[in-house]
Amino acid sequence: MDTMRERFAAVTTELLDHDRRLAVVLAAISVDQFRAAWLRHPDRVIDLGIREQLLISVAGGLALTGLRPIAHTFASFLVERPFEQIKLDLNHQGVGAVLVSAGASYDVSAGGRSHQSPGDVALIGTLPDWKVHVPGHPDEAEALLREAASGDGLVYLRLSTEANQQPLWTGRAGATVIRRGDRGTVIAVGPTADAAIAATDGLDVTVLYLATVRPFDAAALRDTLGRPDVVLVEPYLAGTSGPAVNDALAGIPHRVLPLGVPLPELRRYGSPAEHRVAHGLDAAGLRARISSFLSV
Amino acid sequence: MAPTRPNLPAPAPGDAAPCGYDHLRALMSRQTGDEKHDSASTSTLDVLWVLYDRVLRLSPDTIRDDDRDRFYLSKGHGPMAYYAVLAAKGFIRTDQLDGFGGFDSILGHHPDRNLVPGAEISSGSLGHGLPLAVGTALGLRAQRLAGHVWVLVGDGELDEGSNHEAIAYAGRAGLDNLHAVVIDNSSATYGWPGGIDARFALEGWSALRVSGRDHGALEAAFTAAHPSRPHLVVAELETAQNWPRVLLAQG
Repeated sequence: MDTMRERFAAVTTELLDHDRRLAVVLAAISVDQFRAAWLRHPDRVIDLGIREQLLISVAGGLALTGLRPIAHTFASFLVERPFEQIKLDLNHQGVGAVLVSAGASYDVSAGGRSHQSPGDVALIGTLPDWKVHVPGHPDEAEALLREAASGDGLVYLRLSTEANQQPLWTGRAGATVIRRGDRGTVIAVGPTADAAIAATDGLDVTVLYLATVRPFDAAALRDTLGRPDVVLVEPYLAGTSGPAVNDALAGIPHRVLPLGVPLPELRRYGSPAEHRVAHGLDAAGLRARISSFLSV
Repeated sequence: MAPTRPNLPAPAPGDAAPCGYDHLRALMSRQTGDEKHDSASTSTLDVLWVLYDRVLRLSPDTIRDDDRDRFYLSKGHGPMAYYAVLAAKGFIRTDQLDGFGGFDSILGHHPDRNLVPGAEISSGSLGHGLPLAVGTALGLRAQRLAGHVWVLVGDGELDEGSNHEAIAYAGRAGLDNLHAVVIDNSSATYGWPGGIDARFALEGWSALRVSGRDHGALEAAFTAAHPSRPHLVVAELETAQNWPRVLLAQG
């Protein structure tokens, strides 16, 4: 299976040939994957060098001329480092852009804290008007990328080397119902789904899959709700979508268990699989906490 | 959801009577209530006037044209002179100046492009206008549009590191449709030894330095040829009152 990042480069290269409105802005990361596109469209494939503040501002400046910018680098340098540029040069100007990150949460586990950004979705969530996609499979990433490229709003597409074996998103906007049950709801976001589905095997619970977390599909949660106990499994900072769940169930007494990457810094290197276990996001870790919370 | 610019009311006919340079200080007074203006509040006045009156291919009638020239006020603080010029040129109504900074006013202490007809960017936080202008210059070039981009920056604003990402890249990319005007009233806390123009020139810019009050010299500098290079004009202004901070910092 190719990675989401490889698919992103291949599909964007194709889109650049057909959509003259599209422009790609890079900051040294993934430049090799875009070399063929740059040779064909040197004015619309722009490598700024290692300049991430400029990366976002240039995306805003391009959008002010009517182009559709796609800005890309690692999540730490795309969202955290130039956050004020996102707030002011995109949101406050009132222009659209597609931000595509690689290196999600603990993908670059051996790289240490500088290359990990589990807070990316939470940070974007402090700004209005953003769609946030967390695909769990390269096929989902491709579909969401094509939709984002053809639109004109603000889209954050978070790509990861963590992925599910099969695509789970049906292509329809909103949640996919994986399983129905009565004793509670487990919401699995993006690449956490395989572990969450394994963890709930044989349990009498509803499992929902989300590849898009903003806007949050509140209706699907309410429509499938059995016992109002909700476990949220997110591949980034634990609790990021907790407020969205609480908003969805406002007026209904409910409990929420938010699972994800814990806030304290994990000062370990090693593999993504080791970090997954350390964060309790592997199937065994999830099953223990889900069973305990739902008493199933 | 697509962020869109709200439909702004067009100036009422006859209400936006264009007027000249001699009216600008009165238009500023309508905003501040002060009859006199210190040099800081008028530091941009002559540069703005010469640009809007003699250089920019831009008017209220062409503000939505794809190939118009664009002016980005990066130093959004103290925008009274900017609003005065926009009113004098008919982008906004002169009576809109009266409510400056009020809850119902479109004119804030930092401009918002989504509220002010004619304002091309929203500014306030320093170090955003020049990087945005680089993106716009790239966007115009990619679409083969003839428009030029002008951005006004303060010399103190150049302390923000984001500008230096933009200066270095724009020079190397040869963005000849990009123009920067630095209002130099020596307000940078630690100064720019060797001169602001020398720093831009080293990065590959065409760079000129003129009096920021001399309309003829400003126009000549703004319209000087600069093939294959972005163009900088440093407009020298009276030293800002806070300049001794440099000496204070050095003890």
